[in-house]
Amino acid sequence: MAASLPSFSRFALLALAFALGAFLQAQGLLPAMASYRGDVVYLVRGHMVLAAVSGALAIAIGIPIGILLTRERYRVLGATLAQVVNLGTTIPTLAILALAMTVFGLGAPSAIFGLTALTLLPIVLNTAAGLRAVPRHLVEAARGMGMRPGQILLQVELPNALYVILAGIRTALAIDVGTVPLAFLIGGGGLGELIFTGIDLNEPAMLLAGAIPTALLAVLVDWLVGLAQYALVPRGVNPLR
Amino acid sequence: MIRLERLTKSFGATVAVDHVDMEVPAGEVCVLLGPSGCGKTTTMKMINRLIAPTSGKILIDGRDTAGQDDVTLRRSIGYVIQQIGLFPNKTIEDNICVVPDLLGWDRRRSRARAGELLSLVNLEPATFLKRYPKELSGGQQQRVGVVRALAADPPVLLMDEPFGAIDPINREVIQDEFMKLQAALKKTVVFVSHDIDEAVKMASRIAIFRDGRLIQYAKPDDVLAHPVDSFVADFVGADRTLKRLRLVKVADAMMSEPPRVTAEDTLERAVALMEEHGHVSIVMVGPRGRARGVVRLDLARGRRGTVGENHEPLPGIVAVTDDLRKAVAMMFQHDQTWLACVDDEGFYKGYITQRGITHLLGATYGKS
Repeated sequence: MAASLPSFSRFALLALAFALGAFLQAQGLLPAMASYRGDVVYLVRGHMVLAAVSGALAIAIGIPIGILLTRERYRVLGATLAQVVNLGTTIPTLAILALAMTVFGLGAPSAIFGLTALTLLPIVLNTAAGLRAVPRHLVEAARGMGMRPGQILLQVELPNALYVILAGIRTALAIDVGTVPLAFLIGGGGLGELIFTGIDLNEPAMLLAGAIPTALLAVLVDWLVGLAQYALVPRGVNPLR
Repeated sequence: MIRLERLTKSFGATVAVDHVDMEVPAGEVCVLLGPSGCGKTTTMKMINRLIAPTSGKILIDGRDTAGQDDVTLRRSIGYVIQQIGLFPNKTIEDNICVVPDLLGWDRRRSRARAGELLSLVNLEPATFLKRYPKELSGGQQQRVGVVRALAADPPVLLMDEPFGAIDPINREVIQDEFMKLQAALKKTVVFVSHDIDEAVKMASRIAIFRDGRLIQYAKPDDVLAHPVDSFVADFVGADRTLKRLRLVKVADAMMSEPPRVTAEDTLERAVALMEEHGHVSIVMVGPRGRARGVVRLDLARGRRGTVGENHEPLPGIVAVTDDLRKAVAMMFQHDQTWLACVDDEGFYKGYITQRGITHLLGATYGKS
């Protein structure tokens, strides 16, 4: 995706990063941040594990739910499920984490449950929206030519909805990575440890040592899924090429 | 052959298709015609069981379709829809091969067939096979839609207003291409349309529907000449007689074995021949019988000389294979009451008169 940024905004971005770096250096924050290097490397790893596990679970659960929501056979169930999912979007992240903690106790499992629940929603909604946007006449043509429902799903519906589905995954994973720091509050680990401790100790260098890698990770994930979107979606239905 | 027996479909209290009985002989094009909501599309979709009949039977080549697996049945019937329905995620090649792939054909065989089929509708395989549908114009897409339905060589073809969304000029071209294909392939085609001109052009038989009932099922010329009631008469239009012009070939309306003269004949002989037949002009032919010119009675009478010295160019010529519509258009264009008719080689075969055409159309009306 970065490749498609107009050169002006790319230049502006670079200039901004440079200005930020210069500012931090002037404040003497950069050397202070560098002293957390060991912690950052360790915590980034934990951060990525949390994000990867919860993200993978959310994709594995979210896409099938999205598909179910659009199946004719489950129309009644689908409507109910859609209501539940919509309700889910209104619950604050911290509340989900707190609720998960009361069930699973302190630690990574609660964090993974909470993050998965959070990441699930955009994936389910986009999968359903993408499938609903597939023109009816394509499904009818497929049926008329003698495809079975599974073949229609795999050969017609999913390929044509893939771009929208991946857009959902992209948003969801970026949110996921950005929310992982909250997992620290229920003992889940990750870069939140530096951020929240930095806040508590009024230690800006420590805070930034956690916050900047978090932001970079989110941007990286967004970029990677963007690449996947470019590569995976068939050329005939890919607006990027 | 497709046979519908007391075919009925009701949605709740509304009866969409009401006890339809009809038979489409093998190799014929049957156009289901009627205003929207008349049940024609529902009838067609019951043939491949996209809609399950409420009661009644559909037999294809004598086999009841209700006894077959829906999916197997549909793979043996070609299906073309108005929205074309090419899968945008697949290349043209893969689109054409959808049914062969479902049937598990050898990949090389089906891909080779895709190329052959494309060239049948004048699309260059090397250019188009690897393209995606969005890279084709609407007309090109529907050509692919038609050959996709033919890919697995099904004996039966269902077409749901296939050319309805295409601009008029392209539509004529595609219709002609399809008729040419059909003349070679002889599929049994059920074709839904709401366009009487299209129906007259394509159909071997026309089935006219109204409120779910089959009102008239007959050859196009019969529908135009003898509409069973005022609904059909209104539907086919006040100009239905003009539409019939398209259905009759010049060869069927002309007077054959006409008198003729050659360049060496004298004017006296030409006058004698005209008077004998009661004509006001006579066609001069070349040595082998090609139509070359015309001699008019009022100019030839009382003069001496040969036909060759006194002939005028022919005012208008039609081919015996043209339809009457073209003949009449030429008569109007050249302000003539008759035209000479020639075959493909230009040999003089007969003549056609305004009177003869009027008589032919009127005689069919007289029958009813």
